[in-house]
Amino acid sequence: MAQIFARLLRREFRFLHKPLNFASRLFLLAAAVAIAASFFFPLWQMHLVAPQYSDGLDLYIFSYKIQGGGLNGQHLVEINNLNHYIGMKPIQQADFLEMRWMPFVFGLIILLILRSIVFGEMSNVVDLFALYTYFGIFSIGSFWYRLYEYGHNLDPTAPMRIQPFTPLLIGVKQIANFRESSFPQTGAYLLFLSVLLILLAGWWSRKEKAA
Amino acid sequence: MKTSYNRLLALALGFAAATTFTGCGKQSGTTQADRTENALSSYVAPGEKDEYYLFYSGGHSGQVFVAGIPSMRHIVTIPVFAPYPASGYGFDEESKKMMGDFTWGDVHHPGLSQTKSKYDGRWLFVNDNANNRIARIDLSDFKTRQILGPIPNSIGNHGSSFITENSEYILCATRFSTPLPKGRVADPKDYEKEFSGMVSGIKVDPQTGEMSVGWQILTPPFDWDLGSTGKGPSSGWAFWTSYNTEMAHETLEVNSSQKDRDLAAVVNWRAAEKAVADGLATLMDGVPIIDPAKVPGVLYFLAIGKSPHGMDVDPTGKWVVAGGKLQPSTTVINFEKLQAAINGKTFEGDMRGVPIIKYDAVVEGEVPVGLGPLHTQYDGKGFAYTSMFIDSNITKWKMPPWSDEEKKDLNKVVLDKMPTHFSTGHLVVAGSDTVEPYGKWCVAMNKLSAGRHINVGPSQPESSQLIDISGDKMKMVAEAFTEPEPHFAQILKVSEIEPKEVLAKADNKNPNAVWDKESTGVTRTGNQVVAKVTAIRSRFNPDRIEAQVGDELTVHVTNIEQTRDMIHGFGVIEQNVNVVMDPGETKTFKIKLTKAGVFPFYCTNFCSALHQEMQGYLVVRNAGDAPPAPGAAPGASLQR
Repeated sequence: MAQIFARLLRREFRFLHKPLNFASRLFLLAAAVAIAASFFFPLWQMHLVAPQYSDGLDLYIFSYKIQGGGLNGQHLVEINNLNHYIGMKPIQQADFLEMRWMPFVFGLIILLILRSIVFGEMSNVVDLFALYTYFGIFSIGSFWYRLYEYGHNLDPTAPMRIQPFTPLLIGVKQIANFRESSFPQTGAYLLFLSVLLILLAGWWSRKEKAA
Repeated sequence: MKTSYNRLLALALGFAAATTFTGCGKQSGTTQADRTENALSSYVAPGEKDEYYLFYSGGHSGQVFVAGIPSMRHIVTIPVFAPYPASGYGFDEESKKMMGDFTWGDVHHPGLSQTKSKYDGRWLFVNDNANNRIARIDLSDFKTRQILGPIPNSIGNHGSSFITENSEYILCATRFSTPLPKGRVADPKDYEKEFSGMVSGIKVDPQTGEMSVGWQILTPPFDWDLGSTGKGPSSGWAFWTSYNTEMAHETLEVNSSQKDRDLAAVVNWRAAEKAVADGLATLMDGVPIIDPAKVPGVLYFLAIGKSPHGMDVDPTGKWVVAGGKLQPSTTVINFEKLQAAINGKTFEGDMRGVPIIKYDAVVEGEVPVGLGPLHTQYDGKGFAYTSMFIDSNITKWKMPPWSDEEKKDLNKVVLDKMPTHFSTGHLVVAGSDTVEPYGKWCVAMNKLSAGRHINVGPSQPESSQLIDISGDKMKMVAEAFTEPEPHFAQILKVSEIEPKEVLAKADNKNPNAVWDKESTGVTRTGNQVVAKVTAIRSRFNPDRIEAQVGDELTVHVTNIEQTRDMIHGFGVIEQNVNVVMDPGETKTFKIKLTKAGVFPFYCTNFCSALHQEMQGYLVVRNAGDAPPAPGAAPGASLQR
């Protein structure tokens, strides 16, 4: 029993010390580029359409900022103006703590990827994947919690009283006269892509011989 | 010949009156297929937009009306010379100051600003016949930005607003005459000797559009009528018709219609500008005045028949067409011949030292268009369209050059007539006064609607008819009714301008604008109480204003919305105040508080579901009454 266990461990140990071939390192580099590029695109878009707003109101969520659609980001002001009727807290960037540390974490991950390319060992890829997945799931959870907070922390003296709700994370939903659609955008797709690239990097070197 | 014309005319006048007042207005001969085709060509489906703006003068309403073509729907009114509570115009300090002591005007001829004789989409200028003024509307937001006047040394700014080819000047001529300088009294029986008319060059700042009086040309006391400015070969010139060359001062209907011809003015405005620069003018009431008898080359006369109205330069700048209301033809003047006659001094006498150009030397022909030709417009394809006031139609005819055969019988160049309902005064062809008319559409502005519309009692609107001029035969496709009273209009392609729909916070330079609750409030200095208020869906901050009898209250309200069509009003009950703020705009009004009481104020321009709730109180206490306890102003639970 102990022998089998030790063998497994040794195999595992060997696997973790497999070197990364050139293709894997290229995949890692591509992942780093994808993460860096995601900075320039919105991660998420919430699009609200009502009869009075037939062109829709847009909220774009970047890793480091919230941007309203329209001239000078006017849609965010407009959404807050409308939300005050149901007593929702104004959505403002200052309240999103994660927007301060997210760019830092992305930077850190890019550094770790570069490190993996230089060190070129399977264990680096495993570390990366674990850390990155954890970070991703945490971020989405935190984002969902924000939405929950906004929809449940309603001022009881507001002119309109509505059932507390959680704005949709992904999908389409009718809220009063608004049809809300919320979907990931280019930035998020780039991040998904970077996860995929990290997995590919590991996969491509799975048959390499341990040093 | 002339007498037989006149007999014919008298008959026709009687006939026109008869048809008008029996109200035989049905358009006959339209088949169902015609109707369908016409309907579709003017139909703008819900959610779709018109292709052209139609800027109507609002006549004695003092305003400008904006309609869409081809739908002919009235879309908005731009208040200019008269208060307009619907947009709060004439109640706030800025517009009150612009309007001065006047609360009405008589808007006649709108003119779009031009660059290289094409519309540049910057400004619309309109004249006030009643109080000698001229106003500039900014097309970046469709708002009146300046009212200039009363223009000194002139009375009755009717022959206006004619824009020179690069908007250097707006040229104006007086319909009335008065003893000068203004304020001097002379008996109207000494009209001929004591009264004077005036042509004015209103200078336009090329950057800001700011207008100022540049110079004036003294004229005999004729009644100057409609004019136009030159372009191309006639660049630097301007033309006006006149009536009352007889210089009658009473019963003008008869006494000003005695001569078979009236003198038109041919003005070299560049020469006028140069004469002033050369110091050849004398100052009167602060304006350089040119005496055309002493400064040759500025003004010429041309005798054209009879009681003419329009004097319109065509898009090539080669031809000028005058319409004689009491002569059954339009007179086509060849500008090259006119220039040659001036250079060769081919004159047939003078009037008060101003040469009268020899008529036969410059006229290309008299086109027998019909009775009562008033105003001519062009499609840029070599065709002219003249409104017939008496015949009540639009007549399409071919511009020169004419063949020898056509010249022998000018009836041959008259191509088509479209009956109008009724008595068309002005007409407008899209872009006619530019070098590149859009053509396509013509709008007939009729003086009498006489039963064309559903019965609205004795106070009746005017009628406007949309005519498709793109084919050989004119087609009438739509009809609209407007409030009194469009005189002339301008048509601008919608795609040529992009007015802003929201005043961006950064562009609001009003020093009294406030944008957040913390900056709002009421302050007092002596008996001056100043309130700075924000308006947003659906509240005013503050919503209580405290003052005392004897105070002068100044309220600055800023609409802090930045959303299209989120307009708020501020009306104060029993205080005769209503201002309306567009998104991002600050308006200021003042009230002298003379009576104690609690006066509600409220949002007058419907804004939101809780618009009715958007209200507050102006508390006016008797002096000496206990002031309100500090902090009594009601707090809002939601911090906005």
